[in-house]
Amino acid sequence: MNRLTMLSRKPWIWSFVAAAAIWLVTILFTGGSSTASLSQATLTFAAFSIIVGLGQMLVITLGPGNVDLSVPATITLSGTVALKLMDGQDGMILVGLLVSIAIGLVIGILNYALIKFLRIPPIIATLSMSFLVQSCAIWYNRGLRVKPPEALASFSTSSTFGLPNTAIIALFLSLGVWWLLDRSLFGRWISAIGQNAFAARMAGIAVDGCRLATYVLCAVLAAICGYLLASFSGGAALNMGAEYLLMSIAVVVIGGSAVAGGNSNVPGIWGASLFMFLVVSMLNTYGFGAGVRLIMTGLIIISVIVAASRPTGSTR
Amino acid sequence: MSQTEAVVSIRQVRVEFGAVKALDGVDFAIGRGEAVGLVGHNGAGKSTIVNVINGGLSPHQGEILYEGRTGSGIATARAHGVRCVFQELSLCPNLTVVENTRLMHSGLSGLGWRRRAAKLIRDSLDTIFPGHGIDCFAVVGSLSIAERQMVEIAINFLGVSEPPKLVILDEPTSSLDAGLAEQLMAHVRRFVAGGGSVLLISHILGEILSTSSRIVVMKDGRVVTSRPAAEFSVRSLVEAMGSVVKETTRAVRATALTAEKVIDLPAVKGAGIPFYARKGEIVGLAGLGGHGQTTTLLHLFAESSSRWLPSTDKQMAFVAGDRALNGTFPLWSILRNLSIGNLAAFARRASIDRDREAAHGEDWKAKMGIRTPDMNNPILSLSGGNQQKVLFARALAGEARIVLMDDPMRGVDIGTKQEVYATLRREAEQGRTFIWYSTEIDEVRLCDRVYVFRDGIIVAELEGDAITEDNILATSFSGEAA
Repeated sequence: MNRLTMLSRKPWIWSFVAAAAIWLVTILFTGGSSTASLSQATLTFAAFSIIVGLGQMLVITLGPGNVDLSVPATITLSGTVALKLMDGQDGMILVGLLVSIAIGLVIGILNYALIKFLRIPPIIATLSMSFLVQSCAIWYNRGLRVKPPEALASFSTSSTFGLPNTAIIALFLSLGVWWLLDRSLFGRWISAIGQNAFAARMAGIAVDGCRLATYVLCAVLAAICGYLLASFSGGAALNMGAEYLLMSIAVVVIGGSAVAGGNSNVPGIWGASLFMFLVVSMLNTYGFGAGVRLIMTGLIIISVIVAASRPTGSTR
Repeated sequence: MSQTEAVVSIRQVRVEFGAVKALDGVDFAIGRGEAVGLVGHNGAGKSTIVNVINGGLSPHQGEILYEGRTGSGIATARAHGVRCVFQELSLCPNLTVVENTRLMHSGLSGLGWRRRAAKLIRDSLDTIFPGHGIDCFAVVGSLSIAERQMVEIAINFLGVSEPPKLVILDEPTSSLDAGLAEQLMAHVRRFVAGGGSVLLISHILGEILSTSSRIVVMKDGRVVTSRPAAEFSVRSLVEAMGSVVKETTRAVRATALTAEKVIDLPAVKGAGIPFYARKGEIVGLAGLGGHGQTTTLLHLFAESSSRWLPSTDKQMAFVAGDRALNGTFPLWSILRNLSIGNLAAFARRASIDRDREAAHGEDWKAKMGIRTPDMNNPILSLSGGNQQKVLFARALAGEARIVLMDDPMRGVDIGTKQEVYATLRREAEQGRTFIWYSTEIDEVRLCDRVYVFRDGIIVAELEGDAITEDNILATSFSGEAA
């Protein structure tokens, strides 16, 4: 088997093919003048959905019914609390980050506590949690718009070696998650649970421990995303997480991870996140109205999923 | 009996599930006005015969005659008056008794069907179970399990457009108390006296003996005896179910009988016999299927491992029998399915060493004789027997000193079985303990000590030469007065 056929069997390849195609079409329309700015913007904005998508992917790996709908509220609360706490002082940057992570930890634990001890399906448990978390954010924020610390704001909006800093952070986090999923014991465990939870239990895997850790990881990644996003956009807003609910699930699906769980991949999250941003940019560049834009987005996503889900034989 | 008289007759029927011959050339007929009792151990082919007669299963060979004419399919069987009360209750729990009656009888159509259905089912219940007290407009889900069973029986005994000619009762009294069971048996006798036919399957031998006119004994997919019920006693029936010849010599071992106890449990709810297992012992769990053996294994395993923390040393390993339910990981390769049981051994700081994992895979591929060109092939590319070897290897490769086996040889060919038996014996001699649930008598006889289960508790403990088919059968069937 040559390298090309091997590559075409990877479930994530389609998201990259689609992203590259749309990138080309957009560049061609503008006659090449927008190449650098489009690529920069794409990487910057995709970074946020990558970070959230990684967490959602881990949760979806756990098998049918597992999804975290509290992601947007977590983003909002984390961004709000971190910014208010740092209060624009550079010396508080690290404290703000640690508090964000702590918020993620707590929300993740509460999510799994609801799922486990009240026996609520994850979709309902995390949705109710998101109402609680969102209410906390509203109560805490009270319409204040605090500016991020100067150093943090400039860091999150600038680039290093031509790459946006947010994308670099997303890259490091992705490497971490890739190692976790592909190389570590934990990755094997959650993949086993996603394929057959009963068999995983009988193989001696600590099923509840693994699921708890996964929900916590997802919430922590969402919290980090909220922290960065608030710093990047110059302040937290109560609706800042809203678009990441569907986005986080969409990038997992388009990226070629199995919706039914057990088989996920990190590269697909990148391909899909780039693709999702590029589709919107392309349709904007072509000057379509809002309605047509939404319809086109839907159609393009469906075609990529169809292409990616063709039976291509086993990948493992 | 002549073929024209028979309500149903099957000739030279053969049914195979993979390597298992469920029916191996069976001749069987039920005449008008006859109550046939069908007995046999688990896997003897009783349920398969029921499914062939009611049209749910097409035999791979042989023919089925309904009232002298060949036919197949559920519709044909029903048209000839064949009704079946299933072992697993088959009513819709979200519908009322009347609505369930309508589902089974398409003749109940047109305006006012509810009223007519209610009268029919009420009459039928009153006839079979006088004083039943069941509300015919109640939702089935709100009825007790015994009431559901009564409704299901009553539905099958009533006739709308065509009267029932043959009613198949598969363990009909499993959830009825003695009084209700007696009412049912009385009705069966009345039904038969009125020219109807009944096929009765039950593990309560007293019922079979008192109700049937003829008893058919099955073993390993064959009919071994078919004689009038009067010629049987409980004892002779048990003997007929057992093996007639085949006295294989057991490997007698004196070792380990004084070794330390690695499991020691009190009797369940104070009833039955306490359970223990010694180091290096092979302990068998016998009895009819679904009488608490699997539950005991799952319970033992749950006690031994944490659901929250990754275990550092595993005490127990589990070998699944129902592979798709709790054995294999279908998306994974053979290698990953094997290594998951012992993953921590190839890990360095939580990171898996893939070379050592692959070497481990090749090692066990050779040891167990897993027939595959490449351990990286998907697990589902293997035959059932080879998948089972992978599951055995998963359990044996770890350091667990106790191995729980949940009837792991189902559907495994004889060659593989012999290989695995030898492995088990070798491992036991090295101090591993095996708790082995098996529905096959020949396997139970390989054990050092055997617990027989009935209705969720241990009713007998057999050791050494006392482990015989007769003893196991006699203790697994209730209604044994001796």
